[in-house]
Formats: sequence, structure tokens, C-alpha cells
Amino acid sequence: MRSNWQKQLTTCGELFAIFTKIGPSTFGGGYAMIPIIEREIVGKRQWLDESELADMLSLAGSAPGGVAVNSAVFVGYRKAGIAGAIASVIGITLPALLIVIALSLVYVLYGAHPKLVAALKGIHGAVIALILMAAYRMAKAAVIDKTTAVVAIATVLLQVLLKINPIYIIVIGLFAGIAIIKGKEFLGHRTGIDKMPLQPSAQELFAPEYYI
Amino acid sequence: MVWQLFFTFLKIGFVSFGGGYAVIPMIQYEVEAHGWLDTERFQQAVAMAGMSPGPISTNTATLVGYDSAGVMGGIAATLGMVLPSLAVIVLLSALFFRFQGSKWLRSSLYGLRPIIAGMIAYAALHFGFLSGKEAFTWMTVSTLVICAGCLILLTRYKLHPVAVIAAAGVAGIVIYT
Repeated sequence: MRSNWQKQLTTCGELFAIFTKIGPSTFGGGYAMIPIIEREIVGKRQWLDESELADMLSLAGSAPGGVAVNSAVFVGYRKAGIAGAIASVIGITLPALLIVIALSLVYVLYGAHPKLVAALKGIHGAVIALILMAAYRMAKAAVIDKTTAVVAIATVLLQVLLKINPIYIIVIGLFAGIAIIKGKEFLGHRTGIDKMPLQPSAQELFAPEYYI
Repeated sequence: MVWQLFFTFLKIGFVSFGGGYAVIPMIQYEVEAHGWLDTERFQQAVAMAGMSPGPISTNTATLVGYDSAGVMGGIAATLGMVLPSLAVIVLLSALFFRFQGSKWLRSSLYGLRPIIAGMIAYAALHFGFLSGKEAFTWMTVSTLVICAGCLILLTRYKLHPVAVIAAAGVAGIVIYT
């Protein structure tokens, strides 16, 4: 009979292997890995059931950090505690880290090549388009009434005019919603909070252009 | 330098709600404040992060760290970026926190989400056009044309983001050389 820590080690190794495999397939945003997690973790290994997967999605989408990394932590922790969470995070991060550093080395060697500089300038335009798409997607989920529309526009203006550190804006934002809802309830106004989806719909999740 | 990278990205990691491109304005602010990379190099770094596999925010962190302090810098920045995820998710899972019903969370997200939407919109503006000091040139026009073309590819033809990035790279080679 194998001892407990050996079993734990095997599980951690398995978690590491799974997420190392999943990591590079998160090409183009973390949500791309959700169907793969569903197949590998829920289907094949049955480490999570469907309701836990729903928990994972809402937690990974609401907590700070990328969806991919957050999901890996959740699965790892559920399966094998903190050691499992660490193994999963290393698994999901390591391939990207190595690939990006390898790309940087290529860049150091050929960075001055006119064709590469030109290609990167072209990609600059694509990245602007992708950021705009992300803003549109987020706005669709976020702007559900007049108040949220004002908040979104005020955020853009604040940054253009005052150049406040975005970190402070986020920290204010964490409490702004609670203050607004409490204030509206105090005044007896109806709030749009019930209309708010906690997690994006499945169709949005799996649409390839979903890019947050 | 390595420690500074680690702690800066740790700070960003804790507020990186939305993930992906939502984090770009925060990274850009810190990169400019510390003078780690110049604007053009930062734009190239984000372009490279977008076309590499893996999460965009951690890829950008790796590139910024690597560019300013070598391999150790890349590792430190990436660690800083993912440690908050690890801490927050483990903590919330351990507390058996149920997200679905929590009114506090819903209220908080009610205010936070439009702010993130506004921040990403500003990121597109800042990343695209407001960061450079240069005047309105044909370079600006060509970037706008590529950007518009990519939007059409993304929305009308539903192309995968990576395919769009590849197309823009080819367009760049055709236009700028």
C-alpha cells in the first residue's frame, strides 16, 4: 500500500502534467481553456462535477487574475490542497514563461530586422482591435442601467484628464458598487443588480472572440 | 530591480480583475512610472504577448521583467502576477465561499465591472494613440486602417484572435517595408 504523501505527490504530478498540456492551448485568452478543462477534469477524471465547474467559472471570473490561472488554482486546490494548487499554477505558467523567454531571445537576435519590426507594427493595430473587443464585451456585461453607464464613461474621462494610477481606480471600484447599491436602497430606488449576470453565458464563453 | 519588479507585479496581480487586456493599462502605468521600457518597446511587448500561447497578462509581465532585468526579472514579474491568484482562490475556496448568492459580491461587481470596461476602453486609446508624443502622421492612419480591418475580421468573419494577429503581422510587413 502506498503511503499518503506518495499518493499526494502522484496527484500533484498529474495536475502539473494536465495543466502543462492545457497551458499553451490558452492561445487567445483564458476562456479558450474552459472546454478543455471540462473534458479533462469533469469528463475523463471526474475530479469536479458540473456544479463545481460552475463555482469554478464564477470564482475564476470574479477574482483578480486571469481566468486560466484562477481555474488552475481552483482545480488543484480541490484535488490536492495547497500543494495541488501550486503544482497546477506552475503547470499552467511554465510553458508560457519558457516560450515567451525563447521569443525574447529571438527578438534580441533579430529585433532590428526590418521585416520583424514591420510585422510588430502591424500587430500593434490588431492588439488595439482586440482591446476594443474586450472593452465591448465587458461593457455588454457591465452596463446594465444608467448608473453603470455613467460610471463607465466617468472612468474613461478620469483617466484621460487626471491620469490617476489605475490601481487606485480599481480599489475605489471594489467599494463603489456597494456604496451605490446601499445608497439606492436607502433612497428606495430599484437597482439593476438583479439583472446582472454573475458569469458570462456559455455562448459568450465559447465564442472565439471572447477575449478577456 | 528584481525585487521591485516582483512587488510591482504583485500589486498589479491583486487588482487584476478581468484578466487579459484589462490589465494592460495597469502594467503600462507602472512601466512608464518606473521607466522600465520605452513606449515603442512596450507596444512590441504586448504584441508579442498576444501572439504567444498562455495568458496575456502573465506573458506581458514575463516580457517586461525579462526586458528590464533578464531571466530572473521575467520569473520575478511572472511570480508576482500569479501569486495573488493563488492566494485569493485558495483562501476563498477554503472558506467555502459561495459566490452565486453573495449580495456583497454582486454589489461590488455592479460597480467594478463598468469601471473595468472604461479602463479597457481607455487602454485601447492610450495604447493606440495617446502614448506617443508624435503628431498625426500616416503611421497613425495606417494603424487605424489595420485596427479597423482587424475589427471586421473579428466581428464579421469571427476569426480566431491569433489568426487576426497573424494577418495583421503580414499586413505590417506589406505596408511598412
